Amino acid sequence: MVLPLYAQEAKELNLYSARHYQTDEALYSDFTKKTGIKINRIEADDNALAERLKSEGANSPADVILMVDAARLWRAQIDGFFKPIQSKYLESRIPANLRSKPDPEGSTWFGFSTRARLVVYNKSKVNSQDVDTYEKLADPINKGKICTRSGAHPYMLSLIGAMIERRGELATEAWAKGMVANMARPPRGGDTDQIKAVASGECAVALANSYYLVRLLRSTKPEDQEIISKIGFIWPNQKTTGAHINIAGGGVAKNAPHPQAAMQFLDYLASDSAQEYFANGNNEWPVVKSVKIENEGLKILGPFKAENISVAAIGKNQIAAQRLLDRVGYK
Amino acid sequence: MNRIVVLLALLLFLPLFGLAAPFLLPGNELLASGTLSHLWNFVLGGYIASTSVLILGVGVGVFILGVGNAWLVASYDFPGKKLFEWALILPLAVPTYVMAYLFVDLLQFSGPIQTTLRDLLGIESLWFFPDPRSMSGAIWSFSFCLYPYVYLITRTAFLERSGRLIEVSETLGYSPLQGFVKLVLPMARPAIFAGMALALMEVLADFGAVSYFGVQTFATGIFKAWLSFGDRVAAVQLALGLLSFVLLIFCIEQGSRSKLRYASSSQSRPLAKVLHGRDALGAFLFCGGTLLCGFVLPAFALLQLLFKQGLSIDIRYLDWLSNSLAVSILTAVISVVLAIFFAYSVRLNPRLSWVNRLLGFGYALPGAVLAIGILSFLEIFQLAWWMSASMLVLVYAYLVRFLSSSLQSVEAGLSRITPSMDGSAALLGLSRLQILRRVHVPLLKRSLITAGLFVFVDVMKELPATLLLRPFNFDTLAVAAYQLAADERLAELALPSLTIVLVGLFPVILLSRVISKS
Repeated sequence: MVLPLYAQEAKELNLYSARHYQTDEALYSDFTKKTGIKINRIEADDNALAERLKSEGANSPADVILMVDAARLWRAQIDGFFKPIQSKYLESRIPANLRSKPDPEGSTWFGFSTRARLVVYNKSKVNSQDVDTYEKLADPINKGKICTRSGAHPYMLSLIGAMIERRGELATEAWAKGMVANMARPPRGGDTDQIKAVASGECAVALANSYYLVRLLRSTKPEDQEIISKIGFIWPNQKTTGAHINIAGGGVAKNAPHPQAAMQFLDYLASDSAQEYFANGNNEWPVVKSVKIENEGLKILGPFKAENISVAAIGKNQIAAQRLLDRVGYK
Repeated sequence: MNRIVVLLALLLFLPLFGLAAPFLLPGNELLASGTLSHLWNFVLGGYIASTSVLILGVGVGVFILGVGNAWLVASYDFPGKKLFEWALILPLAVPTYVMAYLFVDLLQFSGPIQTTLRDLLGIESLWFFPDPRSMSGAIWSFSFCLYPYVYLITRTAFLERSGRLIEVSETLGYSPLQGFVKLVLPMARPAIFAGMALALMEVLADFGAVSYFGVQTFATGIFKAWLSFGDRVAAVQLALGLLSFVLLIFCIEQGSRSKLRYASSSQSRPLAKVLHGRDALGAFLFCGGTLLCGFVLPAFALLQLLFKQGLSIDIRYLDWLSNSLAVSILTAVISVVLAIFFAYSVRLNPRLSWVNRLLGFGYALPGAVLAIGILSFLEIFQLAWWMSASMLVLVYAYLVRFLSSSLQSVEAGLSRITPSMDGSAALLGLSRLQILRRVHVPLLKRSLITAGLFVFVDVMKELPATLLLRPFNFDTLAVAAYQLAADERLAELALPSLTIVLVGLFPVILLSRVISKS
C-alpha cells in the first residue's frame, strides 16, 4: 500500500506504548483495518517513555501515549505530556473515577482497562480467613508464609500508595514492617513466579496481578493446570475498602502531529470491539460496563468490590511509598 | 592529527556531558540531595557491599574458567580439544538476562530439579539446596556467561606466545604448574586483565539479570533514584559513583600493563603437548563441564521451551532479526575502524594514552544511564526527534558503550608487537604504511576479528539503551525477548533468545576458522 506523501493529515499515528502484551498486535491491526491509519510504535516501560518524552519536548513525534500504571499516568499528567481533550463519546463510555478530573479544557487521560491485585494462597497450607485482607498478611500468624515481587515494582508501589491514602503513612509503614517479617523469602521474580511459588509450597500466600492468574486459569498446558489445582484465590478487603485496582490508559500527546488520528484511536480503544478484546485477549476488565465478557477466567474470578481511591492520590504517594519500603528494608 | 584524536574522543564523550547537564542547567528542582541522603541512610551501604561481593566472586569465577580453559586448549592435546577450542566461546552469545532466567527456572524451588528431588525424598523442603535466586546464584550464572571474554583474549595471547614455554619451563626444572604460574601467567597478564575488566564492567552495568536474582547492586540504586524517585540528578550522581568502581578496575588493569616491558615475537605455533590417561580425562572434564554449564544446558533449556511452545513463528520475527543484524554489523565495522585509529594514535604518540583510558568508560555505564546522557544532550539542542527518525542515535550509543571492548582487544594485540619490531622493519627500509601492512596486519588479524566479534555480539544482546533510543517500529531480538519477559511469557521468549544465540554462533565459527588457518 502506498500512502500519499502529503495528505491533509498523513494517514498515520505515532504511538508510545508501555503496554507490553503480545496480544495487543491484533488490536492495532484491527484499528488499521477499520480506519486505514498506519500505526508507528515504540514500546518501552513507562519510565523509559517518560524520559524520552521529556527530552523530545515540543518536537516529540508522539500522538498517543499509553501507560500501564495509575501513578505513572498521574505523573505524565503533571509532567505535561498530555493534551486536554473534550470528547463526549469518551466521557459517556468511561466512568468518571477511571479518567482524569476534567478541567475547563477537557480531560488529559482515560483508563481503558483495569486489573486488580489479589491474594493467592496454597490450599493445603493456609486457612483462607487468615489471609482475606491486605492487613492480615502482615499479621504474625502468617510468619514465614508471604511472597511478593520486589517492592520497587510500580504495581507494588501503587498498592502501597493506595494504602497510604487509606490508612496514613505510619500505619502503612507498620504494615510493611510486618510484611518483611513474614516473608518466606526475599521479594523477587514476576507475578507468575509468585503464583508458582505458592503452588510448589515455597510460600503459602502471595500477592499477584489478576491477569496473570487468569492466564493460568485459561491455559491448556498441563503444568499450568497443575499449578491452578493447588492454589486458591481471595478477593481481599471485601467487607471493608475493597480490592486494590490499577488501570492501563492513555491520552493524546501534547504536541501530537496527527491530532485527529489520535482522537480516532482513543475512541477506538473505548469501542466495543477494543474493549472486548482487552477482556478476551489480555484478561483485563473492560472499563465500559456494557461490554460483554466472554472470558472463562474472568468469570471464575467473578464480581468483586474494588477500592475507590483517586488515581492522583496514588501517584502523589509514590515517592513516599518507596521511601517507606526502603526504611523497613522491603527490597 | 592529535587534534583529530582528541576531537573524535570528545565526540564519543558527549553523553557524559549530557549527564552533567542537569547540574549546569537552571530550572531543575533540587530533589537530589533528599533522594541521595535517603538512599545513603537506608540502602546505599548494602548496595556497595553486595556490588563488591559480586565483583570479587565473578572476578574469581571468570579467571578460573577463562584462563584455565584457554591454557588447556592452547597448550595441550586431548580428546575433544578441536571442539572445545571454538565451542568454549559460545556462552558469549547467551545474554546475561536470558542465562539468569534459565538458571533460576531450572534450579528454583518450583523448578524441575528441586520438585523431582522433593518427590523422591518425600520431604517438604530441601533446606540444603542453595537458592538460585541469590548472590551465589548470580555469581555462578555471570561467571559461566562472561568467562569467554577472558578465554578469548587470553587464548589468543597463549597462541601467540613463543611456542616453547612449556619446554623452557621443563628445562628450568619447573613442574607444569610452577611453569604456568612463573612463566605463562605473567606473560599473558595484560590479556587476562583486559578480559576480566570487560567481564566485570558488564557485571557493573547489568540491571536485568541482577534484579532477577534479587541481588541489589549499585545499578539498582541508580534505577531506584531515577525510576522510583523520578530524580535524574541523583541517578547521575550515583552513576558517577559507579564510575569510581570502574576507575579502580582500570587502574589495576593499567598498572599490570605498564610493568610489561617484554613481549615475544616468535611466529612458530606452539607444539601442543599430548595428554594421556588421567590428565587427558581431567582436561576433558574441565573444558566439558564449562561448556555444559555455559552453553549446552542453557541452549537445551531454550530448545525445550521452544518445543513446548510449538513452532508458531511470530510474524514479526523476520523484522526483529533483520533489525538486529543491521545495527550489529554496522556498529561492529565502525568500532573496529575507530579502535584501530585510536590504538595507533596512542602508539605513535604515547602522551595521548589518557584518551583511550577515558574512552573505556563508556562500557561501564549502564545502558540506561548512557541513554539518559544522550537524551539530555539531545534535549539541550532540541534534537531528540532524531531518535525517532533514524537508527543513527542508536548506533552512536552502541559505539560509546562498546568501543572500549574492541579497543581493549586491538591494544592487547598491539602490545604484543614489540617496539623493536617496528625498529627492525624501519631499518630494513619499510615505510610506516608498509610496516602496518606487512608486519602489523598479519600479527593483528586475530585481534581485529576478535574486536569486531565482541562488538557484534554485544550489540545483539544490548537492551536498556536500545529500549530507550530506538526509532519507530524498530524492535530487535533483544527487545522482543524483553517485552515477552515483561509479559511473563517465558516460553515465547525462547525463539528470539535462541536466535540471538544462533546468530552469535556465526561470527564465532568464522573466528575459529581464522584461528585454525593461521
